Amino acid sequence: MEKSLTWREFVITRLVQASGYSAILFVALIFFFLLREGLPALSEAELSSLFNVRWYPIEDYFGIFPLITGSLIVTLGAALIAVPFGIGTAVYISEIAPRWMREILKPLVELLGGLPSVVLGFLGILVLSPFLRVFLNLPTGLTAFTGSLLLGGIAVPTVVSVAEDALDAVPRAYREGAWALGATRWQTIWRVTLPAARSGVITAIMLGVGRAIGETMTVMMVTGNAPVLAVKLGSLFSPVRTMTATIAAEMGEVASGSTHYHVLFFIGMVLFIISLGVNIAASSVVFRAKKRAERILS
Amino acid sequence: MKYVIVILLLSSFVLTSCGSASSAEAASDSQATYIENKGSDTIVNLALAWAERYQSEHPDVRISVTGGGSGTGIASLINGTVDIANASRQIKQEEVEEAKANGIDPVEHIIARDAIAVIVNPENPVNKLTLQQISDIYSGKLTNWSEVGGEDRPIVRLSRETNSGTHVYFLETVLRLGSKEDKTLFSTDTLLLPSSEGIIAEVRQNPNAIGYDGLGYVPKDLKMIAIAKEAGRAYVLPAIETVNDKTYAIARDLYMYTDGEATGVVKEYLDWILSPEAQQIVAELGFVPALNPSPSP
Repeated sequence: MEKSLTWREFVITRLVQASGYSAILFVALIFFFLLREGLPALSEAELSSLFNVRWYPIEDYFGIFPLITGSLIVTLGAALIAVPFGIGTAVYISEIAPRWMREILKPLVELLGGLPSVVLGFLGILVLSPFLRVFLNLPTGLTAFTGSLLLGGIAVPTVVSVAEDALDAVPRAYREGAWALGATRWQTIWRVTLPAARSGVITAIMLGVGRAIGETMTVMMVTGNAPVLAVKLGSLFSPVRTMTATIAAEMGEVASGSTHYHVLFFIGMVLFIISLGVNIAASSVVFRAKKRAERILS
Repeated sequence: MKYVIVILLLSSFVLTSCGSASSAEAASDSQATYIENKGSDTIVNLALAWAERYQSEHPDVRISVTGGGSGTGIASLINGTVDIANASRQIKQEEVEEAKANGIDPVEHIIARDAIAVIVNPENPVNKLTLQQISDIYSGKLTNWSEVGGEDRPIVRLSRETNSGTHVYFLETVLRLGSKEDKTLFSTDTLLLPSSEGIIAEVRQNPNAIGYDGLGYVPKDLKMIAIAKEAGRAYVLPAIETVNDKTYAIARDLYMYTDGEATGVVKEYLDWILSPEAQQIVAELGFVPALNPSPSP
């Protein structure tokens, strides 16, 4: 009996361990695959062509700069919308709302997170973009800004859900201590609860930004997909083409093994490196914040 | 003894019923023949209409039709996953070589003709343009509608994605005016929309927009532009008659490709497509019936 128990425990431990390690293995395999398919692009397409400003693959123009700037500007816009909205909603749900309101809001926000992005894209084409064109007097409503608004909407539920959990985990004694010292409700939220939940809130922002930069269907439908170099402030209100939309639109018909095919994987590599960079930056901030908190407490 | 007989009877009954069931399945398998048909989004509605009519007359044939673009269809033919590839452009030399390397011999069939209509919002007062003007609009030389006789509005250029046969055809025939040496490209701020529906939705609500689409796809509430081949020549609206008498400038053949000369069910289907009955459907959908009713070699 005893023997079989230890044996079973051994197997279960190993299984759990294996599934833990498998995450690392899968990421490594994906990166290896991207490198294998993407790196040939550097030798096949000339470097000057790859870092050019013109993307027109059927005539061998492989400039990926417009795609990178397109993705960045849409994501930046989405973050500017999702971060204040998401954290504001999380603070309201966790700190201010009465219990019954909270029990309605939280599931509703999570429901919003489950909305398929293609449905949002449809709303974007039929409702949001005509409205924005008339309201902002733009030549066309299919712009980076339209994409940012919808992506912000997609990222908000992620941010709210994770940030609310983090705020909820802050011990009640912290707030009671602040109130006892005469802090107002706002001071308590801004100076005590949010800083205490900092690492969770940063994780929430990071996940939200990750969700926005990787989103494909919605941006393909509403940003117009024009490969323009988006470096001016006004670019936010003109059409752009993102990296994800390019891969999605062109991978289906590309001849496997061609230069175009390798360049698309190269774009995938760049996308991977950018989200890796966001992750590393965010976790180093969290790490530093933790160290500082330990110093203060000791 | 009685029991033995009963058991024998039962078992023989079970056996024969099993046998008849499996033979029935086998029969239905051999009867229903599947034809995989994939490619150009321009042709997909036409191919669906053909497939529906043909299946109602030949219940033993199952035809599955999917879109995705001419490039997608030809790529599938090269990979051997479809029986018929639809294309709104001719197969490229690279694709033929790739197919040969894969042991596939693409054979071309002209199945209908199509005109590309240039469309604008009905609020836009511009009614007619020359090919040269359309080329200049799409290459970015003209950026305001007032330069071609319209209101003072910016021009928003709409195009299909680069994997669309319509895109390539428009580039070669309109932007480059059919000249092989001409290396004019679409202006970078041309919006590349993934579907015909995307172009129609944007033109419908945006008076700044100019777009293009197959004649069969243009809804009645959008305005088609009359086009002159050169300045000084007659402006012609796209229609079945003007495509057939070759006065409309932007018209092309539509193709189906098979691996080798079609045989068996696929051949019967392709022959039917070129029959007057099937070509009648072509006209009903706003395309132009193929002038030459025999498949080209």
